[in-house]
Amino acid sequence: MKHTIAVLVENKFGVLARVAGLFSARGYNIDSLAVGETEDPSVSRMTIVSEGDEKTLEQIKKQLNKLIDVIKVVDFKDGEFVDRELVLIRVSVAAKTGKSALEVVKAAGYKVACAGAKSILVEASGDREEINALVKILQPFGILEVVRTGRIAIGSGERVLKADGKPEVNE
Amino acid sequence: MKMSGAKILIECLKKEKVEVIFGYPGGQVLAIFDQLYDAPIKFILTRHEQGAAHAADGYARATGKVGVCIATSGPGATNLVTGIATAYMDSIPMVAITGQVKSFLIGNDAFQEADITGITRPVTKHNYLVEDVKDLARIVKEAFHIASTGRPGPVLIDIPSDIQTHETDFDYSGKVDIRGYNPTYSGHPGQIKRAAKAISDSRRPILYVGGGAIISEASEEIRELAIKNDIPVTMTLLGLGAFPMTHRLALGMLGMHGTAYANHSIMESDLIISVGARFDDRVTGKLDEFAPHAKVIHIDIDPASVSKNVDVDIPIVGDAKPILKQLIKYVKKPDTKAWIARVEDWKKKHPLKYKDDGVLRPQYVVEEIFNATKGNAIITTEVGQNQMWAAQFFKFTKPRTMLSSGGLGTMGYGLPAAIGAQIAEPDSLVFDIAGDGSIQMNIQELATAVINKLPVKIVILNNGYLGMVRQWQELFYKKRYSQTTLSGTCPDFVKLAESYGAVGIRVTKKADVRAAINKAIKTKNVVMMDFRVSGEENVFPMVPAGGVINKMLGVDGLA
Repeated sequence: MKHTIAVLVENKFGVLARVAGLFSARGYNIDSLAVGETEDPSVSRMTIVSEGDEKTLEQIKKQLNKLIDVIKVVDFKDGEFVDRELVLIRVSVAAKTGKSALEVVKAAGYKVACAGAKSILVEASGDREEINALVKILQPFGILEVVRTGRIAIGSGERVLKADGKPEVNE
Repeated sequence: MKMSGAKILIECLKKEKVEVIFGYPGGQVLAIFDQLYDAPIKFILTRHEQGAAHAADGYARATGKVGVCIATSGPGATNLVTGIATAYMDSIPMVAITGQVKSFLIGNDAFQEADITGITRPVTKHNYLVEDVKDLARIVKEAFHIASTGRPGPVLIDIPSDIQTHETDFDYSGKVDIRGYNPTYSGHPGQIKRAAKAISDSRRPILYVGGGAIISEASEEIRELAIKNDIPVTMTLLGLGAFPMTHRLALGMLGMHGTAYANHSIMESDLIISVGARFDDRVTGKLDEFAPHAKVIHIDIDPASVSKNVDVDIPIVGDAKPILKQLIKYVKKPDTKAWIARVEDWKKKHPLKYKDDGVLRPQYVVEEIFNATKGNAIITTEVGQNQMWAAQFFKFTKPRTMLSSGGLGTMGYGLPAAIGAQIAEPDSLVFDIAGDGSIQMNIQELATAVINKLPVKIVILNNGYLGMVRQWQELFYKKRYSQTTLSGTCPDFVKLAESYGAVGIRVTKKADVRAAINKAIKTKNVVMMDFRVSGEENVFPMVPAGGVINKMLGVDGLA
């Protein structure tokens, strides 16, 4: 089963290596990992998508919490988070019968980041299904290069996960 | 007042009340050693950095204080790694300080450069590379705090040599504030009450006590809980000493080489009260069939240890000592009469034993050390058969008297650990129970012991084999003794001891064992005893790897 985990960490060098090292040393796999700064520049937020049963997830959370530089670990329950991924896809525009790649992409409402004589660069963001759907549309034209950011996730309700990990104070 | 990084480091160590540092100098720690030259801290120069790490570990286990070791960059630092990993697996508080090449050379493959924070990341509780002298005091303070609190462990501080000479103001007044590190100490009151009820309702309870009970200084509470409520106590290798082996409720060690009665008891129990133990594979054997009738209470300061291997019914995360204190108040004495009778029956039927004939056997040597010292000794061990016989036949009665590499199983641990323990407890008798194989892994530390007048007693159970591996080859590999025969290849240990300035004693007859031990105890120098014991003795009982722990080989003590 896939799990999406948010990890607030100190924004220091070596922290990514600690987290990645923990996963490899204990035999947990990482489907996707994205990391960036939060509203507090001393804190980074990682979104990790991992595969494993409940017991494995429990251990992953506990082991992450043991790392001194980890401030807070939250695993999102199904349907209670929004996740997005950014993708850049270079597609060949070599002559084809029927509609051109550019036409198809534009018709479907995707953004073209730049267009050249031999290829165009398609930009899209969305959840996993949306990105996979785009890849399927573009495949017939010849995908030359794909780069994905990995997923980032945030709770879909009103609850806020602040950078310091402390619970939000309600009025 | 401005101070150099090296001076700041020493001032920090003084503030942390460090009494002794174990280590070895080198090119990238010259500034630190210059400060150590007239610092009021004892320095023990070992003969190998691994020895320094194990000695700091032995000191920490004997005292509960943080052990400190220091080495230079590159090979000095990498030589510490086995010692650091040993401390990490057994949750031993340690601060390891390493020199590093100058900041601007890091990453350049400079002379004696090693990425020691990278290398030790999975075997330290935390580690630091100091990038600015202004951070140094805070980092040292955090390192001691992290090493000694929560579930203890080693912390490494890597200090580039230019940082050691940079100057800044020294200020040690700040409070440690690490937002990602807040260990839980007091157990959940509701869980403690649930546990008390489970104990009160149980009929076949067993206390399963590990190293965490010793770290928590919870021996008194273990004793009270057990004796007041008539609950038998089994211990892990690291838990030995938490409850006196001489007590009628003591079952000794459990697991792969545990006593038959401890293994039967835990398998038949209806409630396991685990205190600071982690259900390691050497203890549980085949997990699916481990203690099938038992509810499990698990008291542990590390939440990650709970329900890692065995599903726990009542987890209590926190410090064992205060939790047990609470628990004792709530428990109503369960009716364990029938249970105790059964346990005693197992004890009678399947005692630990060995062939009692005229042959000089290793178990006899361990028993005679116990008899000669009346148990008043600190025992360190190496790893293998010597370690298991020490665990089985020395009746530990006090905490912090059994120092052994349990988790990592590091051969070569015992001698340097004995040195650390003897520094900590100058008036205690310290024995290193060793084999002819493992003693040679850090034998250079004989010099450290002799020069510093640390009169440790080294007991070599010399059977001419790497005995534990040989035992497995005998039992599971058709006696094909591949690379395990040492007989005829060892140095003359008596002459070797003498060449280091120690006293060497060779014993070849059973009748001479006690006299040799008595002589060693009376000798004010380091003594190395070469006991020529029976060669193919096996450690029994034995649960084959992955087997169910009440299905033991050699339960009658003789194969």
